[in-house]
Amino acid sequence: MRFNTTNVTLLSLAGAAAVIGFGLLFTFERLPVQTVQGGFRGTSMGRVDNPRTAVVMAAANQAPEAPEAADATGERAREVYENVPVLGHLSVEQFGRIMNVMTQWLYPGEGDAVGCNGCHVAGNFASDDKYQKHVARRMIQMTMALNSEWTPHTAQTGVTCWTCHRGQSVPANVWHEAPRSTGPNFLTGPGEQNRPSLAAGLSDLPLDPFTPYLMGAQEIRMQGANQHPRPESRQSIQQTEWTYSLMMHMSTSLGVNCTFCHNSRAFSNWEESPPQRLTAWHGIRMVRDINNTYIESLRERFPANRLGPLGDTLKANCTTCHQGVNKPMYGAPMIRDYPELLPAPAAQRAEVAGPRIQ
Amino acid sequence: MAEYQYLFTRIQVRGPLYPGVPLPAEDEPRSKPFGFSHLAGKLGDAQIGPMYLGTYGVLSLMLGFIAFEIIGLNMLASVNWNPVLFVRDLFWLSLDPPLPQHGLRLMMPMHEGGWWLLAGACLTASLLLWCARTYARAKSLGLGTHTTWAFMGAIWLFLVLGFIRPIMMGSWSEAVPFGIFSHLDWTAAFSIRYGNLFYNPFHALSIVFLYGSVLIFAMHGATILAVGRFGGEREVEHTIDRGTAAERAGLFWRWTMGFNATYESIHRWAWWFAILTPVTGGIGILLTGTLVDNWYLWAMDRGFVASYPPYDTVNPYLQGAPR
Repeated sequence: MRFNTTNVTLLSLAGAAAVIGFGLLFTFERLPVQTVQGGFRGTSMGRVDNPRTAVVMAAANQAPEAPEAADATGERAREVYENVPVLGHLSVEQFGRIMNVMTQWLYPGEGDAVGCNGCHVAGNFASDDKYQKHVARRMIQMTMALNSEWTPHTAQTGVTCWTCHRGQSVPANVWHEAPRSTGPNFLTGPGEQNRPSLAAGLSDLPLDPFTPYLMGAQEIRMQGANQHPRPESRQSIQQTEWTYSLMMHMSTSLGVNCTFCHNSRAFSNWEESPPQRLTAWHGIRMVRDINNTYIESLRERFPANRLGPLGDTLKANCTTCHQGVNKPMYGAPMIRDYPELLPAPAAQRAEVAGPRIQ
Repeated sequence: MAEYQYLFTRIQVRGPLYPGVPLPAEDEPRSKPFGFSHLAGKLGDAQIGPMYLGTYGVLSLMLGFIAFEIIGLNMLASVNWNPVLFVRDLFWLSLDPPLPQHGLRLMMPMHEGGWWLLAGACLTASLLLWCARTYARAKSLGLGTHTTWAFMGAIWLFLVLGFIRPIMMGSWSEAVPFGIFSHLDWTAAFSIRYGNLFYNPFHALSIVFLYGSVLIFAMHGATILAVGRFGGEREVEHTIDRGTAAERAGLFWRWTMGFNATYESIHRWAWWFAILTPVTGGIGILLTGTLVDNWYLWAMDRGFVASYPPYDTVNPYLQGAPR
């Protein structure tokens, strides 16, 4: 047989197509992809959306229909029920309404361990014998705080139990500390990175950016603050990768790219950053408050099967609420429908303050 | 003759095996030619060998193998010697440089950077020996030493990344990890940490030379293939005694862009563009963190980049103590 130019060209084209096709298979998501301009022209401050996946996300992130609003007047719950410290200021009708929706949000159905019995001792609703009731009480306090102290992040959208729980008693997206490789190894042991990091979008970055930044308050800012090095600018590449890991977590949990919050040409510059960065900044502090003040304060209450292997609680990160969407449930303003989850007016505030860890 | 213009040529030259020119007396004997390969003949010369390893070559391969083994065994140990995980996670696995707290120390726990240091030392020695080998082989053949100098350009960048800059920064932890994704993550983190490497003018120069190399290679390759029907691939003869292929190639470029490189100078263009890519890149890396801590601020101060309308997002740290 004779190789002629056409044959060789066709062969080469087929080979090139195969290589490119193989690369595309693992690189790009299926089309269509739309870019929405989000900043000054020519700066690539765009948001990338895929209508195909957006439909799936929208279906998975819906707020449940709110029951009819309750009459806020009439007898107070604490005048009728025993042992209702955090919701006693509500009207009886409001109290019944919020208990009802909480049941649907956390323990839907009827049975020995679901419905009202998820938190209450059957036949004695005033009893504090179930740990779930302590947790629920603390979480209601937390929700009230998120809706009042943390409005720089929660804004008018607000937070309800549904924001995290979505019909499950334990939210689907929680984290705990993972055991580290122990003891001195001669060869490199399984370290804190260099495996596909689930927290950081399957990158090679550190596996657990939560403990240092969303539980602890380690410095996140790594970029040099001055043109030239100064003795205090000693942030290492390794520290930068930890921050990078946290940022990848935020990116994947919000379903956005870097330019949603940052101008990628100058990540640290606030003036050039979209305003969403400030919301996210407050969000990081909010999650620290959630994890330290509220969730970890319940550590002693939880049974062992509700704790991580190192005995710490199952804590929140950005995904817990956001679940792949930049505003949980696309910004459905749920708190408008559930005024019961706003804090009591100062005059009626109950005297039970939970143990606050500072 | 026209067949030769293709990568996949159907003509394979099969003379007697050619052992090469005689070597100087002080050289070790080289191997005999191994034979012919039909597949190799489809891509280039069908004759495989002779190889000349020599002392430099043997030492270089040995040290390179040691480095390869240190890296590979540490990766295997990091997945608890699980071969399935090793294959699945291979692109994620890495041998990382020493932890920041070890500074520039040479003694440290092996799993906290000692292995990286040892692998790096072996790899560096291996590269330098291979470089010396290209020099010795070129001399033995009576060639110029252009390959050696070009190789040294790449070694310069390698040494800046893993040796010179870490020493200037006072910490081995600044160096690059050995790993597929980990070295890419290092690159991204490095750029972010030092305020965007795109505003580093030497990084910009390096990109110019890199893309320029690609352009020059494509132009040159296209030109020679295009004049193959006139014997244009015999570049050496054309450098000395230009025939119609050289004339037509030159005329083509003068017609299209008013200027043409010659059969000789095009190779100098290519050589310099290729060499200047790592040389300028290495300078850019060396200045980063040592003289400049934030390239964006540096470039802004010098009017090196455009200003865009700001968003005027408030810096929360200026509003009192952070929570």
